[in-house]
Order: sequence, then structure tokens, then C-alpha cells
Amino acid sequence: MAEPLLRTRDLSVHFGGVKAVNNVNFTLAERELRCLIGPNGAGKSTFFKMLTGQLEPSHGEVLFRGQDISRAHAHQIARLGIGIKTQVPSVFDGLSVRENIHLGVSRLHSGERARRLVDEMLERIGLRDAADHVVGQLAHGQRQWVELGLVLSTDPQLILLDEPAAGMTHEEVHKTAELVREINRTKALIVVEHDMQFIRMIAKQVTVFNRGSVLVEDAVENILRNPLVRDIYLGKQAAA
Amino acid sequence: MDLVALLAIQVLYAIASLALISVGLAIIFGMMRVINLAHGEFLMLGGYAAIVATSRGISIWLSMLVVAPLVVGIIGLIVERTIIRFLYGRMIDTMLATWGLSLFLVGLTTAIFGNTTVGISAPLGSIQIGDYRTSAYTLFVIAVAMVVLGAIFAVMRWTRLGLIARGTMQNANMAAALGVNPPRVYAVTFGVGAALSGLAGAVLAPVSGVFPTIGAAYVAKSFITVIGGGAAVLSGTVSASALFGTINQIATFVTTPVFGEVALLAAAIVLIRLLPQGITGRFFRRGL
Amino acid sequence: MSGRSLNLVGLVLVGVIGLAFMFLTPRLAELDTVLDLTVYMIMAILALSLALIWGYGGILCFGQSAFFGLGAYTYAIAMFNIGESTLPVILAVILPAAFAALLGYFMFYGRISDVYLGVITLTVTLILFNSVNSTAGPEFHIGTARLGGFNGIPGIPPLNLPFNKSAVIDLEGMFYLATGALLLTYFGLRLLLASQFGRIIVGIRENERRAELLGYDPRAYKLVTFTIGGALAGFAGCLFANWGNFVSPTIFGLAQSAQIIIWVIVGGRGTLIGPVIGCIGIQWLSAALGANQPSGGADVWSKIFANAPLILGIILIAFVLLVPKGLVPTAADIVEFFLGRRRRRREQRGFEPQQAE
Repeated sequence: MAEPLLRTRDLSVHFGGVKAVNNVNFTLAERELRCLIGPNGAGKSTFFKMLTGQLEPSHGEVLFRGQDISRAHAHQIARLGIGIKTQVPSVFDGLSVRENIHLGVSRLHSGERARRLVDEMLERIGLRDAADHVVGQLAHGQRQWVELGLVLSTDPQLILLDEPAAGMTHEEVHKTAELVREINRTKALIVVEHDMQFIRMIAKQVTVFNRGSVLVEDAVENILRNPLVRDIYLGKQAAA
Repeated sequence: MDLVALLAIQVLYAIASLALISVGLAIIFGMMRVINLAHGEFLMLGGYAAIVATSRGISIWLSMLVVAPLVVGIIGLIVERTIIRFLYGRMIDTMLATWGLSLFLVGLTTAIFGNTTVGISAPLGSIQIGDYRTSAYTLFVIAVAMVVLGAIFAVMRWTRLGLIARGTMQNANMAAALGVNPPRVYAVTFGVGAALSGLAGAVLAPVSGVFPTIGAAYVAKSFITVIGGGAAVLSGTVSASALFGTINQIATFVTTPVFGEVALLAAAIVLIRLLPQGITGRFFRRGL
Repeated sequence: MSGRSLNLVGLVLVGVIGLAFMFLTPRLAELDTVLDLTVYMIMAILALSLALIWGYGGILCFGQSAFFGLGAYTYAIAMFNIGESTLPVILAVILPAAFAALLGYFMFYGRISDVYLGVITLTVTLILFNSVNSTAGPEFHIGTARLGGFNGIPGIPPLNLPFNKSAVIDLEGMFYLATGALLLTYFGLRLLLASQFGRIIVGIRENERRAELLGYDPRAYKLVTFTIGGALAGFAGCLFANWGNFVSPTIFGLAQSAQIIIWVIVGGRGTLIGPVIGCIGIQWLSAALGANQPSGGADVWSKIFANAPLILGIILIAFVLLVPKGLVPTAADIVEFFLGRRRRRREQRGFEPQQAE
């Protein structure tokens, strides 16, 4: 059996007495698209932070292509090929859209080739006309796309998206889903989302987090019908 | 044996003076996350206030313990209303503006009082410990430090004002939602912090004299004590003062006063490197 | 793209004015003036060092004077011991750079945050001041050079042509050297900042986390930036020791550090020409107002206007509250506003909108 792209073994982290992530065993194959859902505080963003080196696990391992990256620095993990789009857009607000993308692209390419790739990326995220605008002055949806462009610009093999559709209009959500499907043709993705419509547009397999652990993993149709999943979102009283 | 007692008093004195010069800053930093680089000048102004009051015939005790804190407290209120309150949340800009204030105050006092050192002789004379004599004033300073720290503890723990202060420190928005007026709390806090600094400056005036640039001697030490202490105002100040004061005094005893200062500053750098959140970021976290 | 061509025009302008200034001034101005202008040039290099570290790198350094002073003292001590200036100059750049590298490693790899960076760098310069200030006795010496404590080190021998002890530099030569060095530093930094390295450190300043997530190690980039800044400040210190033939511990003082910060704030962070203008402007202003130390004189003028700390303090407060971006960026904003207004008016009147080339 081929080594999975990403695997976590008993991954845990605790703060004080709270186990934010508790013995998570998670596997992702090359070019797989997985959705990660769960109520607020279930540990999804914390899980992402451990995958990208922003947080050190208290216990357990993260293996990327078989390599242990549990204690690697964030920039080393980025170079290995994991990119993340965070919940709150994290971009270079004082720079133009073009300069933002260029910073990412120029880590791997230079000169004319870099400039060409930047133009291609601007086209792909639909911001070619706004290329010279300062990012801090763009609308929220556009800033999300700038961040998406930034993440894609370093050509990572695994892309983590933390609530990519948050705060978007209906058209923007469709456009984002389209982009995600397009990216999935060559890359693996883990997408955290609350918007069930968006999830239905992109997902096949879904992992449900609750209280720091994996509750259930299944195909998207079954997840939506699973009473356990309903419980954790609505609270057990609603089921009674 | 007497030497040990002498050394013990010196160490206590070092800790007490560090705590005194830092506690005003700790309150301002702990409450409002404001780094006031004019802190040394508040101390200096306290010293001048005490000296001017004494020269006008007011008793030295009243000048040091009442006039000085009052004067500097009012100055603090004015500074908060005219400068600080426009810069909340902008920590770096506050540092820069207060650095400008510091320069301004140095220039102002030089213009008014001139460049030379003025002083008042330490009252209370000296006491005998076995073969050694030491100034009884050092005991007074230690006593003042204990009273001040105790009073702060009492106010924070047992009064409504203290509760409001602690609440605003934890969560200003929530406090506002409960009817507290954060801008007023900040103004009062800054004033109280300034007043305490004025008190410290006045109490230490008989020891070192006062001159316009004496603030520089205080500012680094009080800053590293506050940052080394960490978020908790009282336990942070006390623990950091205890640590640095002891190191300072022992180094001074073994070598020279200058090296004692260097040891203190060096110890602070090491501490911040090891415990970036200060002592109370790791220990005594529940402390006040 | 009008931005880029404006940039080029600006660069050429600076070059032309700079060279003209360099070659014409000794011919047209009095020797006194040339002497004054020389120190302005030297201080401008110091301002550029902080402009790089803080304005572009986002590293809050309150102790840039530490490297300045180390450069000056290193040159002085090495010069007394060696007698020929080539090695002392090299040491005067390397030692502060090494010190910056060490301090930088300690701070950046310890992930110390903004505010604490300021406090630590402030403390370091204070340690240096306190230590050097107390070295007044004859027992404090390095080789044949006495450290001199608060008295300082007088009579520092001036530079000579490399390996030619007899060809000593004169006043005019000092001016050419300082101005030439300033121009080289300015254009050198422009080149550095236009390169990939420059773009990355600006990115790190804008959003360190995101830069990290793109694969750049912010600690390493900050370390290199900080070291270059330290080296530049040290070089300025070396020139300063040459200019006055004297150095004292006040070079490590808070007042000196404050001045450098004020130059950069007044001139404008994120620009190079801003801090140069801020530096020269404020130096000139202080000199014009008459004193470097408030005098005990009874007249109002000397107490207020010649009172450097008073004036500088007011300037700093005013700029932080009212002109936080600094003079050059604010001026650029004003120009852009008026250009934009003219363009909008023309569009309203039905003309073709101006095409930005």
C-alpha cells in the first residue's frame, strides 16, 4: 500500500488541563479532498496549526509523505509542500495584489518566468484587473482570493483551507467551490467549513471532529444523515 | 554575624527601591499595556516636588509622602488626557510619544532648575549594627515599600475600586458593558501610577539627590523589573524585584557598584530570553 | 507604470544633486560650513542604518547608538594600537556587525516580540554606556589605548590612504569621504531593497506569519538585516571618530539613540530619503537654535529654543500624534491626492481619463 500523503498518529495537544486535540489518527491520500466539520471549539483549527508547524503537539506525530514533521518549523513545512489558508485572511495588506503573489512565486522562480506565473495566478483567482490595488483596501471576498492565490503560488502538494467560504456572497461561494474542484485535480485538500451547501458542492469524504477527537468519517451523504452528527451540532436535548 | 545582618539590610533595601520605582509602571503597564518611557521623569519630578516643598517650609515627611505623589499624580492625569488617550492600542506609538515626553520633561526641568544636583540630607541619622553603621533611612525606605505594596494589595483585593481595576484589566469591553467607564478607569490608573512613581522619586531623593537627567538611571531598571515580572502587577513586581535586587546587591558586594548594575541588566536580559512572558507568565499566575 | 518611472526620476535626481553637492560645496562654502556638513553626512549614514532595520525591516531597535559607539571606539582603540588606519576601519565595521549578529541571534531566534526588542536594545545601549563611562582610571586600557571613562578618548589619529601612513586625510578629504560614503550607502540600500531580499524583509514586516507560511525563515532574514544595519552604524561611528578626533561615552547614551529614532520618524519609515532629510533637517535645526545642551542662561531663548531635549521632545510627540507616517510619505500622499483630484476633475469635465503609463 502506498504511503499516504498525510498521516497523523495519536496526535494530541493540551493547554493547561484542556485537551484541544486528543489522539487524532487521520490519513489523507494523494490528491484526496476531505472536508473537516464539527462544532466550534472542536479543535479543527488547532489541528491545522499542528499540521503547518504553528503549534507543537504535546504527543503523537504528523507524517508528511512518511517524513516526521511534528516538530519542524513552519517555514520548513511550507517548503516541504503544505500550504494553509487561515480563518482570518492572512495577507500582506500594505502590498499590491501582484506584489503579494510575486512574493510566493519568487521563492521557486525568478525573472521573466516568475512574472508570467504571477500573471497566470492573477487570472486564475480573477483579480487581474485589481492587480495593482493595495490588498488592505480590497473587499473581504477579494482578500480571501488573494490569500488563496498566495497559498497556491508556492505550488504546495497539500492545501488546508480554513473556512474558505466565510463571509462570501452566493456567487463568490460558487466561484470558490469551482476553484477548489479545479485545484483538486492536481492537489490534495483538507477543507474546514460550516456552510453545508458549500460542502455538498465539493465533498466526497467527510471527517467529523468533536471535542478534539474524530467522531466519525464517512461519505458526505451518510454524514448528513448520521444522528450522532446531528446531535453534536444541535445538542443532545434536541434529539430527546 | 553583623556583616550578614548588614548585607541582609542592603539586599532588602535594593529589593525595596526596585519595587518602589517599578510599581507605578507595573500598574500602568499591567492595566493599559502602555509602555511609558517618561516613567523615569515622573520619578524625577517627584524628587523635585519634594525638594521644592521642603525648601518652602513644609515638613520633609509631608513633602515626600503627600505633596510629591499629589503633584506627579496630577501631571500624570494631564499627560493621559492630552497624549496617551489618543494612542491606545498603538503600543509602539505610545513608546515613542512618551519618549518625546521624557525628553520634553528633561528639557523643561533643566530650564527651570538648571543642571546641577539638588538634594536634601537623609533624615533619621544612622543606626549601629555591631561593628557597622548604616543609615537608618534605608530602613525607612524598606518600610515605605512594604506599606505601599500592602496598600495596593488591599485596594485590589478588598475594595470596589480594585475590583473595577482588575475587571477592566482582564476585559475592557466587558467592563464597559457592565457600566464601568474604561476611559475614566484608564485616566485614574495612569494618575495613580504616576503618583506612586512620584512618591518613589521623592522617597529616594535624599539618597541620590535629584537632577534633570536622573530619570535615565531609573527607566531601564524599572522597565526590566516590570517586564521581567510579567502580567500580574503585584506578584510580578515583588518577584522580579526580589530576584534582580538580590543579584544586584550581591554583585555589588563582591565587585563594584557599576558591575552590580551591569549584573542586574544582564540578568534581566537572560530572564526575558528564558521567560518571555515574565516570571508571572509561568509562575504565580493566579497572583494579583 | 508611473510609479516605476517616478522612482527612476527620483533616483537620478538624488544622484545628480548628491554629486553636485559633493563636488561644489568645498569650492563654494567656508571651511566651517564644510566641517558642519561633514558630520551631517555621517549622521545621515547612521539614519539610513536605522531606516533599513526599522523602516523596512520592522525591527524596533532603540539602541542603534550602541553600534555607532562601538564603531567609533573600535576605530579609536585600534588606531592607537596599530598606527595605520586600514585595519582599524575594517575592525570598526566588523566588530559592531558581529555584536549585532550576536544580539540579533539572541533576540530573533528567541522569538522576542516587538516591544521587548525595544526594551532589550535600549538596555544593551545603557549597559554599554554604564560600562564605558566607568573606565576612567589608567588601569582601563586595551593595548596602548586608554578607555578614558567619562573623559572619552581624545586625539584620535585620522584616516590615511590604505597602507600609506603618511597620506593622512584632511578636512576636505573627510567631506568627500563622508558624502561619497553616504551616496554609496543610499544607492547600495536602494539596490538591496529592490532585490528579492528586500521584498522578503518587507513582506516579513507586513505579515511575519504569512511570510513564514510561504517558506521564508523570518529569523534568518531579520538577523541579516540587523547585522547589515549594525555594520553601517559602526562605519558611521568610525567616520565620526575621525571627524571630531574624539569619542566619549555619550555616544552610547539615550539621547543619541532617541535622536536616531526621531530622524527616522520625522523623515518617514518605509523610505530611505526621508530619514536622510529628517536627520539633516533636525541636525541643522538644533545647530541653528544654538546649543546641544540647555544652558543655565536666564534668557528665554536659551531656555526654550536652544533647549535641545525640549524641542526634540515636542517634535517627537507632535509627529507621533499628528504626522505619524513622517514627512516624505505624507508629502507623497498630498501630491497623490492633488494629482488624483486633477484627474477626477478632468474626467468629470469629459476629457479622456489620464492613462497611467
